[in-house]
Amino acid sequence: MNLSDFTNGAYIAGLFGGLLIGIAAAMFVLLNGRIAGISGILGGLLQAAQGDKIWRIMFLLGMMASPYLYQIAFDLPAVTIEADSAQLIIAGVLVGLGTSYASGCTSGHGVCGISRGSIRSIAATLTFMMAGIITVYLTRHLTGL
Amino acid sequence: MLNLNAFVVGLLFGLGLIISGMTDPAKVIGFLDLAGAWDPSLAFVMAGAILIGAIGFTIAKKRQFSLLGAPMRLSSATKLDTRLLLGSLVFGIGWGLSGFCPGPAVVSAAAGQPKAWLFVVSMLSGMALYTVLNRREK
Repeated sequence: MNLSDFTNGAYIAGLFGGLLIGIAAAMFVLLNGRIAGISGILGGLLQAAQGDKIWRIMFLLGMMASPYLYQIAFDLPAVTIEADSAQLIIAGVLVGLGTSYASGCTSGHGVCGISRGSIRSIAATLTFMMAGIITVYLTRHLTGL
Repeated sequence: MLNLNAFVVGLLFGLGLIISGMTDPAKVIGFLDLAGAWDPSLAFVMAGAILIGAIGFTIAKKRQFSLLGAPMRLSSATKLDTRLLLGSLVFGIGWGLSGFCPGPAVVSAAAGQPKAWLFVVSMLSGMALYTVLNRREK
């Protein structure tokens, strides 16, 4: 990391995007009293009581509207999905199952949980980061999937 | 008001994910690829989010009700159990395999990426499978 890395924008964009995510998470807990955890909000749609569903749908609609609002002013950043269909299906099922058992993902544990100093969230985040790093190492450098 | 705010928060959260680069699985894998050309920029996303999040949660923890009068729903669990750790392990494997975690996958699917839809539908199946397995356990 050197000065030119800072001027190329990726770090500034990361920090700025992160601040926005933090503002969103802070607004949600201060105004709605809830954790802005995406896996929990999605999972709740599948099992929550009827009266507990509308805010979840509204949150997801807002999230789904975000690329369209962004597109008014800017071009959406390029997205490269290297995984093939089989890998995406397996990964999707693992993410769905894993985040349900862990009661959270990158947003619920990684952002909100760490922000409130939860030991469980810190442990969860360290665990999924390590698992992600090892998985990338195995698929990229050892087996070349 | 609560539902309107949920929409606004979802929108801001999604914009944050797009601006930060989290919606690009190749970038996420670059962040997890310590042995390759490591791209540390996503660490800045976490840092920025936790910086502001910590202020919000410090205030929230002292309150029983939100500013809009909703009950404060913060987990009081502190136990590190197998469900939490094994679940996180399984999640991390899926994350490393695809470069997708739930939020960015939803945003990319909404932006019209067919591969992101495939991931999201599979993820929802995983969540539904959990509901079935969990019911059987009890």
